[in-house]
Amino acid sequence: MLFKYASPASFYPLAGKLAPVFAVIALVLTAVGLYQGFIIAPTDFQQGEVYRIIFIHVPSAWMGMFIYLVMAMYACLALVFNTRLSAMMMQALAPTGAIMTAIALWTGALWGKPTWGTYWAWDARMTSTLFLLFLYFGYMALDNAIEDRRRADKAGALLVLVGVVNVPIIYFSVRWWNTLHQGATVVPGSSKMADTMLAAMMVMTFAMWAYAIAVALWRVRGIILEREKNTAWVQELLDRP
Amino acid sequence: MKPRHKRFVWIAAGLAVLGVAVGLVLKAFNSNLVFFYTPTQVANKEVPQGKPFRLGGLVTAGSVQRDSNGLTVRFSVTDTAKSVPVSYTGILPDLFKEGKGVVAQGRVGADGVFTASEVLAKHDENYMAPEAAEALRKAGHPIKGEMFAGEKPVVTQQPSASSPPSPAPAPAGAKP
Repeated sequence: MLFKYASPASFYPLAGKLAPVFAVIALVLTAVGLYQGFIIAPTDFQQGEVYRIIFIHVPSAWMGMFIYLVMAMYACLALVFNTRLSAMMMQALAPTGAIMTAIALWTGALWGKPTWGTYWAWDARMTSTLFLLFLYFGYMALDNAIEDRRRADKAGALLVLVGVVNVPIIYFSVRWWNTLHQGATVVPGSSKMADTMLAAMMVMTFAMWAYAIAVALWRVRGIILEREKNTAWVQELLDRP
Repeated sequence: MKPRHKRFVWIAAGLAVLGVAVGLVLKAFNSNLVFFYTPTQVANKEVPQGKPFRLGGLVTAGSVQRDSNGLTVRFSVTDTAKSVPVSYTGILPDLFKEGKGVVAQGRVGADGVFTASEVLAKHDENYMAPEAAEALRKAGHPIKGEMFAGEKPVVTQQPSASSPPSPAPAPAGAKP
């Protein structure tokens, strides 16, 4: 059943059906999450209203790291099983991972100025997150630079796999070294924030997750059509009125 | 072994080797990866001597004094074991408060005073409504965050039996 959808020809219509569903989920959850975060959640005792950027900052930072892990999983599948769809999914996910990481860095800078007193500091958390953004850029550049599709897929998968060591470094940086960035508020099993705030952050995380799935599916449909344009099934699809 | 099993083993082995290599590199560069040094490290002269560095810790409660010109601020930074006096002329971030985290960039002068050129606030990872914080404070549970890497959530006084209590911090970098 699962292997059936590993073929681009059968995944293409499935992606077309799923993408709008996830887009609607993303829209609804974003509305709920923003309402919860900006209207219901209380003011913070230390930072006042400025802390509310956390509802964008943390979900996007999580997604930046998580999408990279998903890409690494697809890289592994692409290299081990030589499945075409895995490489296409990597290609489809990279821009979303990059934009999530960029949003995390950007909102972090906007948050840092009023609280810490600086937009940027070269501490371990921020530097390793910037490196994650460069890994996304590097992957996309490499993917575009190599003409031969099979070689581009292989090279990209290798780069993504090598870069995966950066993700635990980002995550544990605040625990391993003295950083300006504070420690983790939410770790599996416990949180150091009010429940109403946590609810907003989790809803926003699921919203961004659904968004990432929706755009990746739409993007992969385009990639499938482009790469399989010489196959019979795409020709047939194009000939249909 | 099928070719795909072989490929998987190679990838797993490659990642394991890479992980160990990166781990060793990070361990080797450990001292360069810290964003700030603690007052204890200053006292033990584990900081770059004669060069600017960042000092991090909590602003000692009751230590903040403003000079008559209104711009120069004196306070001390503590890690609950040692403390370092700091002097800073400039605008402080909004979250700068006694008992809260701070990271100052500067150097230690001959008199043992750390002259800062930049002061950043380091806030903790707790978020709650002001009323909840007030209730906790009244109940005798002040909110404490982790200031230093690897620290347990609750800051406990470190017994410093080995060193005799010295009121003035050791003048690090006190070379002419």
